[in-house]
Amino acid sequence: MSVNDNEPYVTADGRKIGGVLMEMKNITLRFGGVKAITDISFDIREGEIRAIIGPNGAGKSSMLNVISGFYIPQEGEVWYKGAPRPQMKPYEVAQQGIARTFQNIALFEGMTVLDNVMTGRLNHMKTGLLAQAIWKGKAQAEEVENREVAEKIIDFLEIQHIRKTPVARLPYGLKKRVELARALAAQPSLLLLDEPMAGMNVEEKEDMSRFILDVNDEFGTTIALIEHDMGVVMDLSDRVVVMDYGKKIGDGTPDEVRNNQNVIDAYLGVAHD
Amino acid sequence: MLYREAGDFKTSYTDDGQTFPIKFDRIGYYVALIVAFAIVPFVINDYWVNAIFLPFLIYAIAAIGLNVLVGYCGQVSLGTGGFMAVGAYACYKFMTGIDIWIGGVQYALPPINIFFSVILAGFVTAIVGVLFGLPSLRIKGFYLAVATLAAQFFLVWLFNKWSWTYNYSASGQISAPERGMFGVPVTGPNTEAWATYLFCLVFVVVLALIARNLTRGSVGRKWMAIRDMDIAAEIIGVDPLKAKLSAFAVSSFYVGIAGALFFSVYLGAVEVGEAFGIQKSFLVLFMVIIGGLGSIFGSFAGAAFLVLLPVLLKNVLVSGLGWPTDLAAHLEFMIVGALIVTFLILEPHGLAQLWRVIKEKLRLWPFPH
Repeated sequence: MSVNDNEPYVTADGRKIGGVLMEMKNITLRFGGVKAITDISFDIREGEIRAIIGPNGAGKSSMLNVISGFYIPQEGEVWYKGAPRPQMKPYEVAQQGIARTFQNIALFEGMTVLDNVMTGRLNHMKTGLLAQAIWKGKAQAEEVENREVAEKIIDFLEIQHIRKTPVARLPYGLKKRVELARALAAQPSLLLLDEPMAGMNVEEKEDMSRFILDVNDEFGTTIALIEHDMGVVMDLSDRVVVMDYGKKIGDGTPDEVRNNQNVIDAYLGVAHD
Repeated sequence: MLYREAGDFKTSYTDDGQTFPIKFDRIGYYVALIVAFAIVPFVINDYWVNAIFLPFLIYAIAAIGLNVLVGYCGQVSLGTGGFMAVGAYACYKFMTGIDIWIGGVQYALPPINIFFSVILAGFVTAIVGVLFGLPSLRIKGFYLAVATLAAQFFLVWLFNKWSWTYNYSASGQISAPERGMFGVPVTGPNTEAWATYLFCLVFVVVLALIARNLTRGSVGRKWMAIRDMDIAAEIIGVDPLKAKLSAFAVSSFYVGIAGALFFSVYLGAVEVGEAFGIQKSFLVLFMVIIGGLGSIFGSFAGAAFLVLLPVLLKNVLVSGLGWPTDLAAHLEFMIVGALIVTFLILEPHGLAQLWRVIKEKLRLWPFPH
């Protein structure tokens, strides 16, 4: 059976891949005269790890920004959970269950690790201003309830020891992990990771890869990630989209992509005559 | 030795999230409350109340309010004086009875109890604050500060020109009639020191607790997320409109109550340009900066610093060294100014940070590491 059918299937390592969660249909994004993305379509299926790769300037981050609502594409539709998504603001996208991390860390530097992770729970916290002013009762119960979820994530990502440390004091690798924790705390249906391993050494990359796999395995979270490290991408992902100059040049399993002539040309260069 | 959390294990998230996790702090807090409520009212006189306690308590409320906006939500405001004026005038209207016209018919609301007048004044100011907070959705930083400056000048102008707000009095001033709680006057000329002090203290304690509750929960995290990185805040699902406007509303509520108390309980009669001018906006902003941005304790410390320092200097220079009052008054400005500059160079994060550093040291004491 091919993974490109829309039938649910089980991977070799026993993870369940479901139907289509998000589908990009003929997305075109322009900045003035510059076409960042040209007519790209691909889908992300429930439970899979989907990688978007491509050389610098290929439009990968723009694609992620389209998914998370930062950019509004001029043409095309984003389908999410089986319905076309109306134009919405980034915070509304987040409320629909899409969380993300950034290429250059976007943590709240003035807050502790715990508070940062707790901000990931904000979409699940509904008590009003008045109840919070009183605190005792509803607000406190909600706080404790969400703290438990946050603590599970903290535990999962092994950052208990820095729980009360202000984020500004942490080294780069840990900040990346805290950012992942914040995204996970939202218990998203779709997790977008923009270069989760940028600037890391081999050991940190191994840790991060392990966390990504564990997250997918344990919580069944669908993950779409951008990454430059080919070894990591080919190992982690179920399917890969390859972009170059804003166009899609390949889509399929890592093996298919690896043997795709267009992809090889884009990465290794090709003689123009 | 006493000041440490070692051995004081927290077994629930409720315990872990309490305001004073260290026992020593907790005891200190209760002692301060007991002293403030049970001892101070019996020993103070008019001089202490008018020179120190009332201004300290009222400015503390204003500073907490501004700290919510500037320190927690990162939205700079220079309109504090104007918002205090809204609180003062709203309180005046509520305590003297409002006449309103609906469809050409005049209705006269009866005067409202001073306690509720002050609270209602807070709500009115919150609404005005939200209106002037709307530009914050588009502009940030210095530009927002300038936009709020417009609020300051507009509001002062409004209360000068709109005679309905000062009940058409010939002088353009508003003066608080005698009003009280449980038969004890807290406004007007015949007040007792302890009554005005307790009246303000109740507001300070309750409002400080509410501020603490708001800033430790999800609303506070939304504000801080917007302050630290608004784009990231939006991506995790914070609606910037709601977060910023709620900060403006809460902040203005506090500032409005401070203005209402400042007028009704402390001064008794005010002229808007004089009492709530731009210098008041800066004074409260200095309190917040010197006390420490994003800290409730800092708001108290900043208010205490800027209220006590001039009084202290006056006492030292005039009573202690025997200098002429006019010379002392001018020197006082210079010394306070110099102290603020020096202080901010030495500790840019304010008194609250200084206190945090001391606590870190205390935790280890008597060992160096």
